[in-house]
Amino acid sequence: MKTRRSSAGWAIACVFIVFYALFPVLWILSMSFKTGDDINNGKFLPSNWSWDNYDTVFDTSLFTSALRNSIGVSAISTIVSVFLATLAAYAIARLNFRGKRLILSLALAIAIFPTVALISPLFDMWRSLGLYDTWLGLILPYLSFTLPLSIWVLSAFFREIPWEMEQAAQVDGATAWQAFRKVIVPLAAPGVFTAAIITFFFAWNDFAFGISLTASERARTVPAALAFFTGESFFQQPTAAIAAASVVVTIPVIALVLVFQRKIVAGLTSGAVKG
Amino acid sequence: MATVTAPTAEPGTTTGPARANRRSDRARSEERLGWMLAGPAFVVMVAVTGYPMLRAVYQSLFSYRITAPDEREFIGLKNYTTVLTDSLWWTDVGTTVFITVVTVLIELVIGFAFASVMHRLVFGRRTVRTSILVPYGIITVVAAYAWQYAFALDSGFVNNWFGLDDFAWFSQRWSAIAVIILAEVWKTTPFISLLLLAGLAQVPVELGEAAKVDGATWWQRLSRVTLPNMKPAIMVALLFRTLDAYRIFDTVFIMTGGAQDTETVSFLAYRQVISRTEIGLGSAVSVLLFLTVVLIAFLFIKGFKTDLSQVRGNQ
Repeated sequence: MKTRRSSAGWAIACVFIVFYALFPVLWILSMSFKTGDDINNGKFLPSNWSWDNYDTVFDTSLFTSALRNSIGVSAISTIVSVFLATLAAYAIARLNFRGKRLILSLALAIAIFPTVALISPLFDMWRSLGLYDTWLGLILPYLSFTLPLSIWVLSAFFREIPWEMEQAAQVDGATAWQAFRKVIVPLAAPGVFTAAIITFFFAWNDFAFGISLTASERARTVPAALAFFTGESFFQQPTAAIAAASVVVTIPVIALVLVFQRKIVAGLTSGAVKG
Repeated sequence: MATVTAPTAEPGTTTGPARANRRSDRARSEERLGWMLAGPAFVVMVAVTGYPMLRAVYQSLFSYRITAPDEREFIGLKNYTTVLTDSLWWTDVGTTVFITVVTVLIELVIGFAFASVMHRLVFGRRTVRTSILVPYGIITVVAAYAWQYAFALDSGFVNNWFGLDDFAWFSQRWSAIAVIILAEVWKTTPFISLLLLAGLAQVPVELGEAAKVDGATWWQRLSRVTLPNMKPAIMVALLFRTLDAYRIFDTVFIMTGGAQDTETVSFLAYRQVISRTEIGLGSAVSVLLFLTVVLIAFLFIKGFKTDLSQVRGNQ
């Protein structure tokens, strides 16, 4: 009796968590299908479902160029960041060299660094270096802000890898590099995925750099472009159009979460579980 | 990097010269490989954060406006006194601290509840974890718009649902801050609950069972067994969330634009530099923001003995 009651309790708890997580997403989705008077109908659902807002959004170069910029900048940042972090984390987890503590403390310092504090110097520097309003001008800060966490996650993974295997590979004649590439990389793949996803989310999500270090459609990313939808390029109230654009940029996030759910959670938890 | 090991490596000075020599060669090549691998990441991190921050410290000593570059002059610490004697700065600090404390406390409780549920879940584990990752991954600006539209007078449904008529959430300070906190809590609770879930997994199951056999109540088991064993995970989650919450910028920008005294410290720094092009004054605000964050981290690490080496189980 008691178990049945408690399992019903767990089911309710589950449903509540799912509802908590998805409710605002459903709201913005519903909003994106509203047109005309529906937008201000004070109800959760539209009375008339319409794709008009999506048409508007994809006809607006402000949004399409921002989407292109976001995809490009996030993808490049992710690949470069994870590559550099993998190398660094391997060195930190496996090798003895002076400066290791320095790198770790620097990574920690950056992990707690207030991003907005960098806007002022970077705005100034990028303007004189010609990096203002370019992809590279965004990629560089994204790299330096995602490297610490990636190094952190990856070195935790590297520490748990059975190192006898690497030594065994080296005894069998593999060089240190081969041992790294053939033995460690496959074992560390879940960690690499986690690092990649976290990096991608950071770059995709960034707003502060996006609005301060860009000025035009050349490099402006989606979160920044969303903020500039207001008053520009729309004769009507931009509310529903912003909702549609929001839904479009949320799709990649949901797709990643659906495909890599296990890897993200495993990456965030496995280090702690194995202790 | 060139000088590597102690002089004991010299042949003939130790009882096992060959062995020592081999080790030193190995150490040297290890050191070289270490820097080859970690060097690029190190350079990027220093070049894009360390150096600009030093530059901000330098710039903060000048009166410098981009629109008037010729009038740039050294004024020492005057920017700092300007900022620190301005009541706007202290209002912003107060707002930021309030949002940070309330947000982190609420999400610590909700996050722990979620973690406990996820920890014991047998069925639907995948669905729950997948959905909880959605707020974590969603763009903050998008989340801010979603909540703003929900509470807005024209497009919102909240007032309609709760019979609040034309209560304007964003035209009073505290109701605006409440909505900002709600949006922040929704977005960041998943992160804290996943960290706490990792911490829960570290608590030995036998301890809880033994306590149960001995007749401990649910609350006793939670407060005497589970929580003390999770302390490292809780402290780390708290530290990272507090620092993160203190930087709040996106949500405020979208929801209120800093109106009704909802401006935060990050927003102030942004406004000085980008809207007012006051590089000198903006740099001073940035440096102060940075110092506050360092102070918070220091309090956690020294004051609350947060052991960062325990974060991911390398005890």
